[in-house]
Amino acid sequence: MINILLIVFTISLIYLAMANRMLTYIRIIAFQGALLFGVAFIELIEISLPNLVFVLLETIIIKAVAIPLFIKYIIDRNHITREAEPYVSNFFSVVIVTVIILGSFFLANAITGTHVRKIFFIVALSSLFTGLYIIITRRKILTHVMGFLIIENGVFVLSLAVGSEMPMLVNIGILLDIFVSVILLGIFADKIGDVFEEQDVEQLRNLKD
Amino acid sequence: MIGIFLIGSLLISLAYFFSKNHLLNVVLAFAFCLLHGALAIDVYIHRDITQLVYFTPDALAVILVCVNSIICIPVFYHSFVYFSKHPYKPHEMGLFFGAMVLLTASISAAYLSNHMGILWIFVELTTLSASALIYHRRNKLTLEGTWKYIFICSISITLVFIGILFVTLAIQHKGITDLFYTTLSENATLLSPFWLKLSFLFIFTGFTAKAGLVPMYTAGIDAKDKAPYPAGAILASVLMNVGFVGIFRFYEITSHTEIFAWTNNILLISAILSVFVAAVYMLRVKNIKRMMAYSGVEHMGIIMLGIAAGGIGYYAAILHLILHSFAKPALFFQFGQIYRTYGSKSVYDVGHYFKYNITGALVLLFAFFIVTAMPPSGMFVSEFLVFKSLFASGYLWVLILTMILLTVIIWAFGKNVFKMLFIKPVDFDESNVTRIPFSESLSQYILLALVVYLGLNPPEQLVSLIHSAISTLPK
Repeated sequence: MINILLIVFTISLIYLAMANRMLTYIRIIAFQGALLFGVAFIELIEISLPNLVFVLLETIIIKAVAIPLFIKYIIDRNHITREAEPYVSNFFSVVIVTVIILGSFFLANAITGTHVRKIFFIVALSSLFTGLYIIITRRKILTHVMGFLIIENGVFVLSLAVGSEMPMLVNIGILLDIFVSVILLGIFADKIGDVFEEQDVEQLRNLKD
Repeated sequence: MIGIFLIGSLLISLAYFFSKNHLLNVVLAFAFCLLHGALAIDVYIHRDITQLVYFTPDALAVILVCVNSIICIPVFYHSFVYFSKHPYKPHEMGLFFGAMVLLTASISAAYLSNHMGILWIFVELTTLSASALIYHRRNKLTLEGTWKYIFICSISITLVFIGILFVTLAIQHKGITDLFYTTLSENATLLSPFWLKLSFLFIFTGFTAKAGLVPMYTAGIDAKDKAPYPAGAILASVLMNVGFVGIFRFYEITSHTEIFAWTNNILLISAILSVFVAAVYMLRVKNIKRMMAYSGVEHMGIIMLGIAAGGIGYYAAILHLILHSFAKPALFFQFGQIYRTYGSKSVYDVGHYFKYNITGALVLLFAFFIVTAMPPSGMFVSEFLVFKSLFASGYLWVLILTMILLTVIIWAFGKNVFKMLFIKPVDFDESNVTRIPFSESLSQYILLALVVYLGLNPPEQLVSLIHSAISTLPK
């Protein structure tokens, strides 16, 4: 079951690469949150109850509902256009993300000594690199934040792999998640929308030497 | 005591957020400096005794906490000077001071933590409080600086977290379930080299954002430029030490394993690139504050060279770290006076500084000699020892390259500083220049004198502390 959820998660990354509209991005992020809820539930069922409840609430409420709604709110409030405006074509993005997934697959297979179940490692790595790729190739500042959320999801998957023995690490990861989303999105909603008329990274090019 | 310190600083910080009274602000600043001083004395006396499970004041932490408690006194003084010249609303002042207290406290707590996760949490807290300081002026450019700082620091902190997860993967196999640095050090040889390498890469890359090394140094430069100068002084000195501590503690773990030579190479590459980047940017940068920030990148590079070379280099690196944390705030405080005189950050608009503020100009001149490590600067001693260790460990070409780059840096730095001191500014209206009293430069003189004193004639206690900080590393 975990395998199915994680594979669906990976497929959602490919879908992300070909998505064109901001709304699709939001839906994918919400969907990933729901998937992570499932993975966390199966994987962490043995840890103590308060901890489990905390992790599950975080994934289902914050990752799957609150953050997507918040991004939606930001888009409406700042009149951000619907297009994601990538620098490269969608076809090329799909190829790159596929290469990333294949690359992490081979990397994970090349590692001798199986400390970790491979599928967690593959999914985490591909999610990490896809997030970075999204950050590099999209023009809107808000898509950068979304790329960062994808990275966060990857890190969460990786922390689940060790989570049943060290629940503290999962909690720290969640702390990071909440902290960063609140700060980044908070600043975005509150300030950037008011100060900059267009939410392009082109606007953030004044600090230089 | 650490518990009292953490709770006390939290309370002081909260009190600042609600404070609207100038007198109360001063009293709170005094209280915090006293509290921090008390912490420094306490950790010095109770060295190596674990408090609250997660905090152990080892020698390195003791040194850096003491440095931090010395730096925070002039920082608060200059913050009050800053606010007396640039009036802000009371709640903005309160936010600034509250964030400052939170930042200083979390920096000290990060030095003291003996557990990877706890160190990580406090580093995260420094990002949060530092961004409030950077955004203090609330305009378009500070917003850009803050956004970049938060974004890059968040990615870096995520990288550190991935590194920690990899360590966990490595140790789980061996049946260890905690992440205390001492436990990891003891069991380092058991751990799988592959995972250790991977986690070193991630943790090192992550902490370079705070330490100001290649590859993630960029965010720090913008932050030091856009933050008000007292905050810039913190960001450019004690906050960089946090990144160093994060790297150094993990370096200590790897030093007992077979990947030690490999980690040294990584440090060496990053260090040379840092010095190189600093040299390139120093040549073209015209913004005084950014120039100072790039000088910090150069010094962190030299420190990492010392660590990578080993031998006497360890001692030199720690000494250099301490001296740099005293010298750089002096420059930043001095920048505040330059800005008040000329109203500009650009080298082009500043000139003939001796005519308008002779004590301040002397500070700038001395600070230039100190920071570029010319005798009698204490940094000359530490830099010389770093070079000696590079020579001794056979990195001759690295040494030659570094010396060439340092010459370039000294030339570029000197060109700008002497332009500011002696050459007439263009179109400068000197009718409304205000005289700056000597008393405001006093703290800079003291800091610079400390650099000379600690470098040329380090007290017995400091030497033994440094030696015990590096005692676990191979000779």
